[in-house]
Amino acid sequence: MSKKDYDDIPGTYVFDGTQNRKGYHLNMFCMSLNKAENREQFAADPEGYLMTFPMTDEQRKAVLDRDWLGMLRLGGNIYYTFKIAIFDGMTMQDAGAAMSQVTVEDFKKMLLDGGRPVEGNRYKSEWEK
Amino acid sequence: MAKIIAGVGTSHIPSVGAAIDNGNTQQEYWKPLFDGYGPARKWMEETKPDVAIIVFNDHASAFSLELIPTFAIGVAEKFQPADEGYGPRQVPVVNGHPELAWHLAESLILDEFDMTIVNEMPVDHGLTVPLSVMCDQPREWPCKVIPLAVNVVQYPQPTGKRCYNLGQAIAKAVESFDEDLNVVIFGTGGMSHQLQGERAGLINADFDTAFLDDLTADVDRLVKIPHTEYLREAGSEGIELIMWLLMRGALGEEAKEIYRHYHVPASNTGAGLIILENEK
Repeated sequence: MSKKDYDDIPGTYVFDGTQNRKGYHLNMFCMSLNKAENREQFAADPEGYLMTFPMTDEQRKAVLDRDWLGMLRLGGNIYYTFKIAIFDGMTMQDAGAAMSQVTVEDFKKMLLDGGRPVEGNRYKSEWEK
Repeated sequence: MAKIIAGVGTSHIPSVGAAIDNGNTQQEYWKPLFDGYGPARKWMEETKPDVAIIVFNDHASAFSLELIPTFAIGVAEKFQPADEGYGPRQVPVVNGHPELAWHLAESLILDEFDMTIVNEMPVDHGLTVPLSVMCDQPREWPCKVIPLAVNVVQYPQPTGKRCYNLGQAIAKAVESFDEDLNVVIFGTGGMSHQLQGERAGLINADFDTAFLDDLTADVDRLVKIPHTEYLREAGSEGIELIMWLLMRGALGEEAKEIYRHYHVPASNTGAGLIILENEK
């Protein structure tokens, strides 16, 4: 796997070919939630519905645990995994708070204060200090 | 002869659509954003374009990872609002302009831009929110719409330069269409935002302001911004701004800024709106 010049951006999962290959079936499960009848099936029997997609057990567990960061690490793309958040009645702030591991209140406050600043958040080396 | 008279750049944030649909635009959180949309809506009402070419991206609604077209043009008579998981937005159906759309598809492909041609495509917030931003809540959208979808979800997205060049080819193609039509082109998405990962919530108002400035002051700088600079400086989803460059490419070099509005935050995003007019 060749090195990419975006590998040194912290806390960011660039959805490239590697991620696509890992996450294809996970993302296609998420996409299926666009249809009301699939949402009903997933609500009635989450484990059973997930078994109808050839995902890894780790991916199924991440979905059931609503492990939002875990899903990204396993190849999930935010536009797809957010379909699960919609299913749960969550907002983008709820999901953002969960992924950056702060309370929703703190996350919303950060946005109201102008968002997460780019200063100090450009390079992984800045997070390791 | 048809001509492109103006370009609009606007964010296409889903919760902005929800605020309109649910009547929340006068709430304290939303009011400053919507106050800034007022003059743009007035401009849209007065300009009365016949057709809007709306450059947007699909968010796992019409397309999925099964098939990822880099550039896709909608040639249908009608485009239905998509169910994105909440049920479809209760907004008017989007009426296409198949004759102009096919003319564009044919001209662009012969001009060496390899477009994907789409006859059936539900349209999600990426397309309907910009219409709501510019037109509020009409019973019918005031113009015909040609959807032009750009892949911004799967890396690598097309380069800013490629988008800009496609915009130029669109301007040329529009001008070779016989009917007298006033066409406006929308570039949508952005501005800076990152929805995912531990760095979620990143907003870079300096980057966004410089981008708005350089749509007229230094387009050359903008078309040269590499992917990693968008990712790093404007957040992983900030790369949607390449769609504004497609809009910019369709306008003349001397296009003038006639209105802008910028507000932080709208949901997780730096929300921008700009109107650029071609010389009359």
